[in-house]
Amino acid sequence: MRHILPPELHKAHQEIREIARGYGLDTFDIIFELVDYDEINEVAALGGYPTRYPHWRFGMEYDYLNKTYTYGLQKIYELVINNDPCYAYLQKGNAIVDQKLVMAHVYGHCDFFKNNMWFAHTNRKMLDEMANHATRIREFQDRFGVEVVENFIDICLSLDNLIDQYSVFQATQQRQKSDLLQEEDKNDSVGLRKFQSKDYLESFVNPKSFIEEQQRKIKEDQEKQRKFPVKAQRDVLQFLLQFAPLQGWQQEVLSIVREEAYYFAPQAATKIMNEGWASYWHSTIMTQHVLKDSEVIDYADHHSGTVSARPGQLNPYKMGIELFRDIEDRWNKGKFGKEYEECEDSSEKARWDKKVGLGKQKIFEVRKLHNDVTFLDSFLNEEFCERQKMFVYGFNRRTGQHEIVDRDWRKVKNQLLFSLSNFGQPIILVEDGNYQNRGELLLVHQHEGMDLEYEKATETLRNIHALWSRPVHLITKYNSQNKLISFDGKEISEKDA
Amino acid sequence: MITGIKRDHQRFKQIVKGKIKQNLKKYMTQGEIIGRQGKDLVRIPVHQIDLPHFRFGQRQSGGVGTGEGEAGTPVGTSGQEGGQKAGQGEGEHTLEAEVSLQELAEMLAQELELPRIEPKGQGSLAAKKSKYSGIHNIGPNSLRHLKRTYREALKRQIISGQYNPDNPIVVPIKRDFRYRIWKPVPQPQNNAVIIYMMDVSGSMGDEQKEIVRTESFWIDTWIRANYKDIDIRYIIHDATAREVDEHTFYHTRESGGTLISSAYRMALDLIKKDYPPDEWNIYAFHFSDGDNWSAEDTKLCVDLLKGDLIPKLNLFCYGQVESRYGSGQFIKDLLDHFREEERLVTSKIENKEAIYRSLKEFLGKGK
Repeated sequence: MRHILPPELHKAHQEIREIARGYGLDTFDIIFELVDYDEINEVAALGGYPTRYPHWRFGMEYDYLNKTYTYGLQKIYELVINNDPCYAYLQKGNAIVDQKLVMAHVYGHCDFFKNNMWFAHTNRKMLDEMANHATRIREFQDRFGVEVVENFIDICLSLDNLIDQYSVFQATQQRQKSDLLQEEDKNDSVGLRKFQSKDYLESFVNPKSFIEEQQRKIKEDQEKQRKFPVKAQRDVLQFLLQFAPLQGWQQEVLSIVREEAYYFAPQAATKIMNEGWASYWHSTIMTQHVLKDSEVIDYADHHSGTVSARPGQLNPYKMGIELFRDIEDRWNKGKFGKEYEECEDSSEKARWDKKVGLGKQKIFEVRKLHNDVTFLDSFLNEEFCERQKMFVYGFNRRTGQHEIVDRDWRKVKNQLLFSLSNFGQPIILVEDGNYQNRGELLLVHQHEGMDLEYEKATETLRNIHALWSRPVHLITKYNSQNKLISFDGKEISEKDA
Repeated sequence: MITGIKRDHQRFKQIVKGKIKQNLKKYMTQGEIIGRQGKDLVRIPVHQIDLPHFRFGQRQSGGVGTGEGEAGTPVGTSGQEGGQKAGQGEGEHTLEAEVSLQELAEMLAQELELPRIEPKGQGSLAAKKSKYSGIHNIGPNSLRHLKRTYREALKRQIISGQYNPDNPIVVPIKRDFRYRIWKPVPQPQNNAVIIYMMDVSGSMGDEQKEIVRTESFWIDTWIRANYKDIDIRYIIHDATAREVDEHTFYHTRESGGTLISSAYRMALDLIKKDYPPDEWNIYAFHFSDGDNWSAEDTKLCVDLLKGDLIPKLNLFCYGQVESRYGSGQFIKDLLDHFREEERLVTSKIENKEAIYRSLKEFLGKGK
């Protein structure tokens, strides 16, 4: 690792750091590493961490980055990891103006990592933790064989989206502690509910059928209580970790995969905000302070490339920076609150300026409290949708291609929020770990309008079976019909449910 | 910075080649990206292995985008911009750019081998041969180099003024003596030679020649990558045969009748002259459209093969390309006579796609 930057970059770094602090950006110490293109591809393939456990998928990522770089299709400018101290990589041979832009951008990211509450639970020593994971997995590979361990990792990775992405605010220990057994003995005291009566009236006041009914209900309740897990559990990996018959090393591997999945989850949950925030700051710092006259054109070229809107795609950099700027503007001018909302004269609304100057304060607050879903839910409005020319597209079966469906801002917003909720992943719950009282595993897909990809779902089911080792079932819907898909270790079967 | 990525990359490549972890094969997708290399567009295959997840079906999913357009305007969502660029405008053509020749040869090596290669020749007895290639001032008398010794003596005498041109007596003293010294020279363990014969007669169309050249090119590439110090000789023939160099072999265009025996005779001559069979592993490949001039010549060929050629060879491979004009009789004749002969392999190459199969028929492992 080379910690010493060349003097001109070192100077630029110091300058940018001071400016960033002046604006109130609050970051970990940032260490910039100057690496060549191959090294940056390597590190990027490993997700930013030089030491990861051995696995082919990093090689796959590297293969892609390497090929696309070689043929001039992509170039990584910036790579930063959520760690204390924060490591960021600069690519050798980039122009100095690019390096400055990247540095300013990184300060934005790092501030976001440190202050956004969705990152609060993440391990800030992940660089070390990843290295520990690597060591452990290498040990396992030495003991049990490379292929055996790698195959098991493949299985775990196939399930790594089955975590409870919103549970990040429960402390780690709490998440690990099970609530499965706590209710066990509660029901013993509950007896038969009978009406008081004299002996000779007993058979009339409490007829036999009533007693039987009561008994049945109690039994049913008890059955229910014995259900396992008591409440459907969203952290499928956690459930498997606790209850699947795994060997020691397998448990360890599964928990490593799970831990890393949780570590990366907030980054997926704040992609638009994080990139928007960083772009906002590189733009502010560069254009108002650092940029020299001679660098303006290169900067503009690069910046516009970053935030360019490609037709038909949503650029998170663009969406994020525009929304942050919009919020800043609205809070500067006082375009919020009851008075503004109730104003019906659109030209007056457009001219609205109470000069309250709360913009900066507001965006700092936003970056602390929100994730992408709440960010868009709270601040995406009609004017913004129109200005950004946003639309909803959908698949047209007749023409066989994706087409623009609507420009109504409510629909745009709905679609956007839907695609971001649960980070675009289907919600799968463990419903029953003792299905049919045969130790089989029942999963339920909370169907919200979109079917699962069938092939992938059955393959994933096989992988879950590999861990659970008893038959596994999934309830989902295909074409609005409830289906129970099962894998018993030999074949996939399917029936209406 | 040291990362383990090179090993991960190696492993990934092995998975892509199907050497390890076959269970992942079903998850593999092959996309391609269009890149630019100088003026050319290059098509770069990119393999991705997509581990299964519970996820939404792609088709139903809509999304949000930005840009101009009314309802009903198609949007490109897959992000494969390159795909649309390719083929636009004339004069742009794409090249495949994936594996280097070296890599390909290595891949072939997994499946092919030179069959029946035997330790033969000097090299196998002594891995190193002594070669007298230098001069030293000490050594045994038996290696004394008289001429050099006398030259040294002459030089010494001239310098010291003892030399008398009128009475040219040169007497070497001890320090004038020069001796031969030897250097051990590594010899190839297995001497092997490949003789290619190709029919370039008129009945072989361009397409047929192309196939033959492609196939011999691959055999060549593979052999060069996997066996060191192998001699390769090229013979082309129509009604007469001649030995040519590599370039001519791959580029020549001739026309004329076909007398296959001419090539076999030539090969026999080569072997007699340069490659004594007890010292060399000899492999011969012959490609033709199987349309020999006459039955007599075919008979001659069979006799040549039976009597002279095959006993000297480790392997004789005959590849027959399909021709519109030819009868394709020759392969049948060969099969009739040599059905039991292990050292003669025939293969029909109908088209380019069949080349790989044919390579395996010739050189496939485990036969």
